[in-house]
Amino acid sequence: MSHVLAVDAGWGVTLGIKTVVVLGLIPAGALILGYTFLLKMMSHMQSRLGPMEAGPHGVLQLVADGVKFLQKEDIMPAESDRHVFAIAPAVIVMSTFLIFIVIPAGPKLVVKNLDVGVFYALAVSSLSVIGVLMAGWSSANKFALLGALRAAAQLIAYELPLLLAVVGVVAQAGTMNLQGIVGAQANGSIFGWSGIGNPFILTQFVGFGLFLVASQAELTQTPFDMPVAESELVAGYMVEYTGFRFLFFFIGEFGTAFAFAALAATLFLGGWAIPGVTNTGLMEVLGPLVLFAKLMIVAFLMFWVRFTYPRLREDQLQALAWKVLIPIGLANILVTGIFKVAF
Amino acid sequence: MSATDTPVPRLPELEVDRRAWRHLADAAVGVELDTGDMILNLGPQHPATHGTLRLVVRLDGERVLAADPVIGYMHRGYEKLTEVRSYPQITTLINRIDWLSSFANEVPFIHGAEKLMSIEAPPRAQYIRTILTELSRIATFVLFLGEMGLQVGALTPAFWGFRDREHVLNLIEAATGGRFHPNFNRIGGILDDLPWGWINETRNVMKIVIDSCDVFEDILAGNEIFEARTRSIGIIPGALGAAYGVSGSNLRASGVDWDLRRDGKPYLAYPEIDFKVWTHPDGDSWSRYWVRLQETRESALMVLQLLDQLPSGPIMAKVPRIIKVPEGEIWVETENPLGQMGYYIVSKGATGPFRVKIRSASFSNVSILPWLLRGVYVPDVITILASLYFILGDIDR
Repeated sequence: MSHVLAVDAGWGVTLGIKTVVVLGLIPAGALILGYTFLLKMMSHMQSRLGPMEAGPHGVLQLVADGVKFLQKEDIMPAESDRHVFAIAPAVIVMSTFLIFIVIPAGPKLVVKNLDVGVFYALAVSSLSVIGVLMAGWSSANKFALLGALRAAAQLIAYELPLLLAVVGVVAQAGTMNLQGIVGAQANGSIFGWSGIGNPFILTQFVGFGLFLVASQAELTQTPFDMPVAESELVAGYMVEYTGFRFLFFFIGEFGTAFAFAALAATLFLGGWAIPGVTNTGLMEVLGPLVLFAKLMIVAFLMFWVRFTYPRLREDQLQALAWKVLIPIGLANILVTGIFKVAF
Repeated sequence: MSATDTPVPRLPELEVDRRAWRHLADAAVGVELDTGDMILNLGPQHPATHGTLRLVVRLDGERVLAADPVIGYMHRGYEKLTEVRSYPQITTLINRIDWLSSFANEVPFIHGAEKLMSIEAPPRAQYIRTILTELSRIATFVLFLGEMGLQVGALTPAFWGFRDREHVLNLIEAATGGRFHPNFNRIGGILDDLPWGWINETRNVMKIVIDSCDVFEDILAGNEIFEARTRSIGIIPGALGAAYGVSGSNLRASGVDWDLRRDGKPYLAYPEIDFKVWTHPDGDSWSRYWVRLQETRESALMVLQLLDQLPSGPIMAKVPRIIKVPEGEIWVETENPLGQMGYYIVSKGATGPFRVKIRSASFSNVSILPWLLRGVYVPDVITILASLYFILGDIDR
């Protein structure tokens, strides 16, 4: 893609714009989710106000926190594996960054329109487990080690239902390209009626549920937050991290939540498209807003569950993945296949 | 000859029959390699230990092989301190034993001193004491109902627990002037009468408490994940629990129908009101939660009943200006929120006791931990600790 918003530009300019957008987008996404859900929605659920002082209604609280983190001393445990300890947060944030590459926000607003977009997004999202293992191992802390091992087992177990949930969508759309999936939803029709297109949540509602559950586990959010379980492992693999490196974990956590919400919105809710609006130039402007609105709905569901439910135990989590989610996912693929062939 | 010159003795070469080993490897594919145990120090600064309990846990993977509670980080020497204080001064100290339900701590001690002096507090004072004891029970349990959620991972109920506790603490503050440590009991009665409007306000708050019990029943006790985490975790058999000295709701959740308010020597206004003693046959963490939930509701109903029956009259009996307790010994025990609390008071006729032995509930309740924690997983340790519900001040005194 050598043009931005239909204006031809040199590759250097494009690269610069892309870098700025990506570097700005992910922390901004993390901040928006963190403020809206972690600070405000959770507080109101818990009959309190949350931060109110920094900016109107506390909107700048996370910015203030970020600045505070930058000022903190960078503490490394004496026994730690220093290089691994230093790299681990970057590895986690990197896996978040890589997901954003393929998520489209408009007809041309995508960093790289890969033909295997879905496959790529799910593959790079599981890279974070390497960072988690590195963090847990190098911290030289027993709680961190337990947390990292839990995270590794959990993330690997939940890759599979996540993938199976998406297979139904891919089968129905007939493509793994995320733009193609958005197009299939916008141009589809429900029994001949194409008023709202065919958002796959209507036909793939089982897949949507599976995707939400599995992504909740991928994000290590309650009820699957054993790797960071505050009440047992204190903070799991990030227990030894302070200051800027901790900020990386925070951005990684909420940035990944942002990415998964965007992915779910793209796969199941129709992405950036508004069915019936074919004006490309208009959609370049409206598309990001539509996608943002949809991903906030998905994120609301994720965080609603997160702040309400207790946490499962490690063995119960594995049992849920292997005995419940994966069979449901396989059955869903089977049913999707039958319908695909029959109709 | 320096140490470096000493030749290091070589270990004898191990004679290994490699063929036999290969054979072994073929036969036992499923055999797990022997991995070393890991010793994990839970506490004294760990959020699940409510303060400064330290658990030295030996782990194989995530399974607990042995757990050893180490107590004493908060020992404040109250038994010794009571020997150099006068009777009215001691209530200040013993308020701080179980700091969540401080008023209830004062009752058995004052009761013992009154008995030794052959004084009886007037009925109105007895009723107000009973109401405040039940209010501190509610304040303790309502916090537990939320806190238990926090320990198994649900954030929100904890804040609801604190919110409801706040209502009750406001009542205690309005009546006694102290939120945490009322120090309200006097030998022969109580310091002051109830303020104007307090009774109506208490009725309202009790309705709030009963409603929030329903909420907790919905959001936690009936939650599938909560049940999965707490059902059949940390089962205390009734007889074994009694043998370890476990008491209170923990024992009643094991099916032992024993409540000192009903079964002990009559004290306060309990013989004059109707209440049900809740038990549960299972003895696991969930039943401990359930029993406390029912007891919170029962306590709220008891307070409403006590308010209806509240007699009029004086709040202090006639007591001498300088309190000297006649020579004698007495054992008084009461049903406190955390379990059985008792004081053995030895008086030699002075203004202060000669010796006081404090029997606090949590100390005996955690004594079962090494037995209870064998073979469970690390997350279950937290569940069991939370469901036993101890206060560190009550363990260490």
